Amino acid sequence: MRVRDLEVGYGDKTVLSQVSLDIYKGCITALIGPSGCGKTSFLSTLNRLTDHSDARVAGQILFDGQDLLRDSVDTLGLRRRIGMIFQRPNPFPLSIRRNLELPLKEHGIRDRQVRYRKIEKVLKDVGLWEEVSDRLDASALALSGGQQQRLCIARALVLEPEVLLMDEPCSALDPISSGIVEELILRLRGRYTVVIVTHNLAQARRVANYAGFFWMTERVGKLIEFGLCRHLFEAPRHALTAAYVSGARG
Amino acid sequence: MVDRLFGWLMSGCAALVVSLLLWVLGDVLIEGVAHFSWSFLFTEPEDSGRSGGIAPILVSTLWILSIALVTALPLGLGVAVWLSEFAAGRRRFSDIARVTLDILAGVPSIVYGLFGNAFFSIYLGLGFSLLSGGLTLALMILPVFVRTCESGLRAVNDEWRRGALALGMARSAAIWHILLPAARPAIGAGLVLGIGRATAETAALVFTSGYVDRMPESPLDSGRALAVHIYDLSMNVTGGDSAAYASALVLVVLIVLLNTLAQSLLEDWFKRRVFVS
Repeated sequence: MRVRDLEVGYGDKTVLSQVSLDIYKGCITALIGPSGCGKTSFLSTLNRLTDHSDARVAGQILFDGQDLLRDSVDTLGLRRRIGMIFQRPNPFPLSIRRNLELPLKEHGIRDRQVRYRKIEKVLKDVGLWEEVSDRLDASALALSGGQQQRLCIARALVLEPEVLLMDEPCSALDPISSGIVEELILRLRGRYTVVIVTHNLAQARRVANYAGFFWMTERVGKLIEFGLCRHLFEAPRHALTAAYVSGARG
Repeated sequence: MVDRLFGWLMSGCAALVVSLLLWVLGDVLIEGVAHFSWSFLFTEPEDSGRSGGIAPILVSTLWILSIALVTALPLGLGVAVWLSEFAAGRRRFSDIARVTLDILAGVPSIVYGLFGNAFFSIYLGLGFSLLSGGLTLALMILPVFVRTCESGLRAVNDEWRRGALALGMARSAAIWHILLPAARPAIGAGLVLGIGRATAETAALVFTSGYVDRMPESPLDSGRALAVHIYDLSMNVTGGDSAAYASALVLVVLIVLLNTLAQSLLEDWFKRRVFVS
């Protein structure tokens, strides 16, 4: 995925400008920076969720050689290939099984046996199978926060996406659940391309291959530095990055 | 001391209102039961309703109600969904729609009756018929139903909307499978308000369905609704009071039954879909 000169604004206010970066296949890319500097807006341009707000988006996002910001792009199909996990777990008020079955049905998988096999597989993938296999028809809202978030990850994975966008997936969880979800994210490396927004620098350092640092300059969010995660943390090129990752600013 | 006085005053208000309601209900119950018999439900009225039963009136009432609900329910849900899910880009138009609905909700029913008479009975040529009456009632209950359902839909957790979008689900699928079921309590409340208002309606029906008390053969026949029957018995028929009480008893029981039925149907339809948190 190649992002070129991306600009996002709401009304006449620009929140993000001149963002260019490459997202590498199979790698985990972490986006760090203080709140309000446009990281989440950036993330939601990648699956065109910005279509459903009053955001205006300019620039280019090349995915498989195609600009996914073009009007002709089939956004429903796109979102099947690019899944998203939100900050707060948002399982539907349905049973655990229906949560996973509904997106499959909506994407045309009519065979119940096929659906059940896929559901079992993703639940095992996210380590929930052992915990919930005996109560698949119980409400998903009865699960703990960490389990709910893993269910949401399973719900995104069940559609077999290529890219997974994660918007602070651990920030609403307790430390133990957060640890479990983080391990899960690490296991996804290599199989999926992951873009993760996080405020937890230690977490970014632990999981990511690449990292981007966003900062507000003149009230507009900008990508200050992008590169290998190790370089960004150990040998930042920019003074702002150095100050932020060392904890001196932000 | 002041607080205690205030407490006494408030509980006095509550006691007054509750006892008034119990009095009305008890009066209807006692007087109604005295005249009621099972054959009352299944025979035709005789002697202008002083004796005999209310069979044709019950049938007419059920016709009118069914027509009103079958029309108002899908139409109202459609408008509510449009207002809460699709109107964001047309704020001006949707604001006008909301204000209009709120004004329509407060319009006296007799005005609906006059409109129904002019539009359905005369302009569309439906005459005095159960159909005219049912459609008029549908119009009458729509505003409140729409606004109740809309606020229910708006109260649904926005994260479910975004979650469904992010999964590449069509908006229609999200509405059908997640949002509407999650708004179930509000839809139920709107339905109860609608059923109550429609069943108790008199004024709007006199101009549209008429007050002939014979058995209707089709929805294009005219017919007398239960509330109209009660009005007629107590106002125009000397010696009709006890039959009026019995009819009122039937009306109260009918409303309770219909509400219970509507709630359980709704519950049943949605239960297979969602868990209410």
